[in-house]
Amino acid sequence: MSEHEQYAEDLALYAMDALRGEDREKLEQHLATCASCRLGLEQLRGDSALLALSAAGPRPPQRARKRLLEAIAREPRIVAPPTGERRAWWGWLGWAATAAMLILALSLWRENFALRETLASASSTAAENARQLEELRKIAAPIIEPEAQRVTLVAAKTPPQPQGKAFYLRKRNSLLFLANNMPALPPAKAYELWLIPPTGAPIPAGVFKPDAHGSAIVVNPPLPAGAEVKAFAITVENEAGSSAPTSPVLMMGAGE
Amino acid sequence: MSSQQRQGIPADLALASGLKTGDQGAMAELYDRYSSVVYAVALRVLGDTGAAEDVLQEVFLQLWRNPSAFDAARGNFGSWLAVVTRNRAIDSLRKRRPETDIENVVLSVAPDLAGDAERARAAEKVRGVMGAMLPAQRSALEMAYWEGMSHSEIANKTGEPLGTVKTRIRAGLIALRKAFQS
Repeated sequence: MSEHEQYAEDLALYAMDALRGEDREKLEQHLATCASCRLGLEQLRGDSALLALSAAGPRPPQRARKRLLEAIAREPRIVAPPTGERRAWWGWLGWAATAAMLILALSLWRENFALRETLASASSTAAENARQLEELRKIAAPIIEPEAQRVTLVAAKTPPQPQGKAFYLRKRNSLLFLANNMPALPPAKAYELWLIPPTGAPIPAGVFKPDAHGSAIVVNPPLPAGAEVKAFAITVENEAGSSAPTSPVLMMGAGE
Repeated sequence: MSSQQRQGIPADLALASGLKTGDQGAMAELYDRYSSVVYAVALRVLGDTGAAEDVLQEVFLQLWRNPSAFDAARGNFGSWLAVVTRNRAIDSLRKRRPETDIENVVLSVAPDLAGDAERARAAEKVRGVMGAMLPAQRSALEMAYWEGMSHSEIANKTGEPLGTVKTRIRAGLIALRKAFQS
């Protein structure tokens, strides 16, 4: 197909991570909508793998094996539940990345509803995307629809504690935050979520007030691009939010 | 290795699935099968045994932490691991943050490279193809692949137009592909 010729050479470079700058951005945008180029990319990656396999060299030292197996034994393990026969198309993503993708898909869906409908009728690829977005919307609905019930489970005889869970995907600037059992606040006050970078000041990441059940959600607050996260924290601020924390940290968590 | 597989020793895919249930034995077996490939690729890129050992550790640890990462790849496990290793090693060489998560490395590979013997034969064939290439094409491919240079960096270094660099690299990969189609 002639419209893909312009991308054919860029694909080879991209397969080896040698495409940078504007060309890279243009290609990535194209790849998002072009299944045949994605397939071409896979094949070129396979070709480049042949280069990798031609590397000859000494075997690694024995201590490396010991070091790895010891490191693995120290890792916390979450055993995955047995997977069903049919994998969902997003099944290969981790749960956190899936949640973040949901948010991105939802914001795209909300903002581009009309455009999506037009595109869906224009080509089968777009129709498939729309179907997938619809599936994602269904999944996300119990998380963010106001009438959804939220339940926090804790060990028996333990009163539920305030709890927050943040899902952050740096490369897409996507944040989903869920809070449960947050105490009610005086009027004119709100909780503020902060993204704590490895260095520098805490970054405002959304203001929220718990509902009658103590639950709240923050979806895709504006964040500086590519912010690195060391931890998240919550303080109490005035309703309108603050650009810097003015009260002690109430809740905090670092990455899992 | 492939004759062993015919005798019922677990295939790579079965071992990779074992990772998901925290099977440390599966990880040890995968390490034994592929650590030399990973180490050789890392050493070729980095030229330093300590740094190569670090990449070796990191790649397998990343695999342990992301046992589903290989699922989307339709290539075979060894090829996928080699590509992931090369990418990580280049990131380390160029001192930059990884641009592609390992879950996003999807590749399809035509030749059967499941065992040591197949891989050794493939490696010979690749070296033959590279040796027969025009020097300018071979060096453009190697600069991109083993040194992680971008197309504009290669153009600057060789003094050739960007378009020529792009064409050479694509033609080089296609030449490799063709050598395995028979």
